[in-house]
Amino acid sequence: MSILEEVDLLKKIPLFANIETSKLKLLAFTSERVTYAPAETVFEQDEIGQEAHIIMSGEAEVIVTTPTGPLTVATVKKNDFVGEIAILCDVPRTATIRAKSELTTLCISKDLFFRMITEFPQMAVEIMRVLAQRLEKTTKVLAQAEQELRAARGDA
Amino acid sequence: MQRNVFSFIWRFSRLEQIYVLFLTVASFPFLYYSLELPKLIVNEAIQPNQEAGAVFSLAGFEFEQIPYLFILSGIFLALVFVNGGFKYYINVYRGRLGERMLRRLRYELYLRVLRFRLPRFKRMSQGEIIPMITQEVEPVGGFVGDAFALPAFQGGTLLVYLVFIFMQDPILGAAAIAFYPLQAYLIPKLQYHVNQLGKRRVRAVRQLSDKVGETVAGTGEVLAHDTANYHLADYTHRLGEIYDIRYEIFRRKFFIKFLNNFINQITPFFFYSIGGYLVIQGDLSFGALVAVLAAYKDLSGPWRELLNYYQRTEDIRIKYDQVVQQFQPEDIMPEEQIHEDRPLTDPLPAEITLSNVTFAEDDAVPSVDGINLTLNTHAHVAVLGGSGSGKEELTMLLARLLVPSSGRLSVGGQDMSELPASIVGRAIAYVGPSAHMFTDSLRANLYYGLKHRPLKDPVLDEAEQAVRRRQLADALSAGNSSFDIGADWIDYEAAGATGPEDLQARALEILTLVELDDDVYRMGLNGTVDPTANEALADRILKARLSMRGRLEANEGTMSSLVELYEQDRYNDSATVAENVLFGTPVGHVFSLDGLADNSYMQQVLEKASLTEDFVEMGGKVAATMLELFADLPPGHEFFEQFSFISSEELPEFQPLVARIEREGTAKLRPEDRRRLMALPFKLIPSRHRLGLIDPPLQERLLAARRMFAADLPAEWREAVEFFDPAKYNTASSLLDNILFGKIRYGQSGIGDKVQAMVAEVVAELDLRDDIVAIGLDRSVGVAGARLSTIQRQKLALGRALLKQPDLLILNQATGALDGSSQVRVHAELRRRFQGRGLVWAPHRPGLADGFDDVLVMAGGKIAQRGSFAVLAGQEGGALATLLESE
Repeated sequence: MSILEEVDLLKKIPLFANIETSKLKLLAFTSERVTYAPAETVFEQDEIGQEAHIIMSGEAEVIVTTPTGPLTVATVKKNDFVGEIAILCDVPRTATIRAKSELTTLCISKDLFFRMITEFPQMAVEIMRVLAQRLEKTTKVLAQAEQELRAARGDA
Repeated sequence: MQRNVFSFIWRFSRLEQIYVLFLTVASFPFLYYSLELPKLIVNEAIQPNQEAGAVFSLAGFEFEQIPYLFILSGIFLALVFVNGGFKYYINVYRGRLGERMLRRLRYELYLRVLRFRLPRFKRMSQGEIIPMITQEVEPVGGFVGDAFALPAFQGGTLLVYLVFIFMQDPILGAAAIAFYPLQAYLIPKLQYHVNQLGKRRVRAVRQLSDKVGETVAGTGEVLAHDTANYHLADYTHRLGEIYDIRYEIFRRKFFIKFLNNFINQITPFFFYSIGGYLVIQGDLSFGALVAVLAAYKDLSGPWRELLNYYQRTEDIRIKYDQVVQQFQPEDIMPEEQIHEDRPLTDPLPAEITLSNVTFAEDDAVPSVDGINLTLNTHAHVAVLGGSGSGKEELTMLLARLLVPSSGRLSVGGQDMSELPASIVGRAIAYVGPSAHMFTDSLRANLYYGLKHRPLKDPVLDEAEQAVRRRQLADALSAGNSSFDIGADWIDYEAAGATGPEDLQARALEILTLVELDDDVYRMGLNGTVDPTANEALADRILKARLSMRGRLEANEGTMSSLVELYEQDRYNDSATVAENVLFGTPVGHVFSLDGLADNSYMQQVLEKASLTEDFVEMGGKVAATMLELFADLPPGHEFFEQFSFISSEELPEFQPLVARIEREGTAKLRPEDRRRLMALPFKLIPSRHRLGLIDPPLQERLLAARRMFAADLPAEWREAVEFFDPAKYNTASSLLDNILFGKIRYGQSGIGDKVQAMVAEVVAELDLRDDIVAIGLDRSVGVAGARLSTIQRQKLALGRALLKQPDLLILNQATGALDGSSQVRVHAELRRRFQGRGLVWAPHRPGLADGFDDVLVMAGGKIAQRGSFAVLAGQEGGALATLLESE
């Protein structure tokens, strides 16, 4: 796949929809395209993260370690953005990402990522929007979980 | 060491000095006669109106005028040769004498550096020592040959003239020297100030070089704290100081010269006035006055020389004093301790006794304070204590790196401070927290502790032997070392080895013990081998290549894509275009990547493969892409270094080029611009850069170019490229590249580790690991070990101490840099190995002494507790318990 094709792919991702082609080219050129075999790990929970990944093709599982063992909490697929939390707020990886099928990602280094969002505010807004959506979803799930918990306690 | 430069010169070169003096005096008659002869020739031999048949007598023979003229001219010519010969011979002799003395002086100073006690280096920096030994003593060499001969010669000449003047007329003679007392009084007085300034200058320059050294060592701090301007100001201040001093010096120096000249010029005033008066009165003949005047004129030459000599002598005297003073500390190690070769034949005596040992630096509080102690040198002792407790100093005292300020430290009844280094430095090994590495290979650093004396002379042929004999004679005549640096210095026996191979096996074992073997293995993989010197290994590497290939093929589907092998008839997507066309590794600069487009042969090949236009076009596209991508980035951004084909400085120059191509294509570009563009595609790696420029038809043509390149390569450049050949070891590539014989592919997760693991399997299968580690041992450690990490340096230092198999190993926080788990393993292994031998251990954490039966706990320079770790740790409120709590 040449850079131009990658740029076309990137354009389809909402996050990059409004960004100039030349900047996307820079992003594609300076980022490494990495292929993972099925069941290979992209990154491990609690590691220190140095890069984020954009999934170009294939699917991957998001796995969180819980006291009762690993738990798959979501599946990510083409055009999804993973690993940005660890590089945004310098915390260890919050989950493990494992390839479900053959997986290709564009691996964006921390430095490049920050350059991009400081230079292109629309990208920062886009990321904010994605994160807010996730937060909203998480809050909803949390509320539901709390309700269930309370209900369960009430029953007991 | 002689405190005065003259006694130094006299002590070591008096015979030579007398010889130089003798030569000078011996040359004098010839010189004198060669001045006389022209007069004779002009006055007698060339007088035109001589009567015919007039005879001239010379040395008892009689000649006619013409033969007489030719004989005199012949003598003149001979004298020219003799005088020139004398001058040449004396100059060479004096020069050599000077060099020899300079060599002796430098050797003596260096020897003294080696004899200094460690605390001295806290007061004296490298930046001060180096200029002293290198430049400050340099003028001494030039002076040595003149030291006695010049004043004797010029003084003698002066005296002769003076006697001549006095014989003409005592009064005029008195007048000629009337000012000498004044000059003799005044000039040294003036010179005294110059001398003082000279001393100040020496000190200031020394401090300057110290500052420069400090800045070099601390560049990181300067950058980290933005203090460059502070240093610049400081430096300016110091330069200003030196400027002032030097200005003052030459002002005064020239004033002395001026005064001297002035006084010298005044004397003729007396000749004219008093002498003239005497002539008029008829007391003095006119001829005599003229002769006196002429003689006086000649007087000024030697007089000026003497004054110059005096000033130079003073300068040298100060320099010598200033240097020697610094090298005469009171507490210097006796010279015999270094030279005496009396190693211990029996094991180290069983007991080291300290009686009332105190160690204090200058007037500071003693860091070891009146310790009485007996240690078993065959058992393990831990020395614990907080910082400033004196534990470090105690370990250094035991290794005799420090000597007690008072009290006695004896081993087997002998005073430790009197033992020669050949005992202490071989039977005892000390490793401190930051050991020094020498700028050499890992191997040399590891074997360093075995190089005490030359043990086996190098094998030399007839001519080399003659050279060595001459060098040795010169070294001895300058009081230098007689040992041959080319000899084999390694004491194999001390390391328990029989020879070089055996020692290497021991070294590998020790590398494993200190857990440095993996690092050295990796260095070895990236190292190169000379197959002519190591044919067997090159062959085995080729076997490894085969095995690697087998593995890659066996894992077809999952693994074959790890490495893209070099194949004669296939384009390699993971290699650069340059590598694809060369199909080999460049040796030297002829076909190096940066100059490939300028290489005439490469240009021919491209032309023949009709690739030139493609390259220019591709270059244009690459340049356009680079401009598009990087033009907005600030210059010097790390992306340029990492990703760009064009540096940030050059990028703007491509702007008009690209614009021009857009307007009118590549056809009308200037030749140098075309070449510039052609350089770019060579760096392309299709699978990495993904610019989509190298399509299959182009690949085919590049392959054709590859074939042409190899087929027509001129003989003169045959050596400039080492072709990839599956059956041949590639000298120019690393071991790893030779095993892989291909390029690791881009874009797979963790591919580097997978390939490494596979290489490790191959290496294990063919039992290559030790050989690769041995190659790694030959890698340079960089300046003072800079290419090694702190951990690696510490491990290497530990290995160096272990290799010489000491009777007593003293470790002072020597494992602090190692990570936790390797610390535990290394400690356990060390204790196991030193079972029955002595081990004194001051660990960086008190808890590490767990398991020691003999623990010394130090506090305030005294021993607070002694006993087994278990017992002392159990005593609540005790010194060890307190230490452990604060850990």
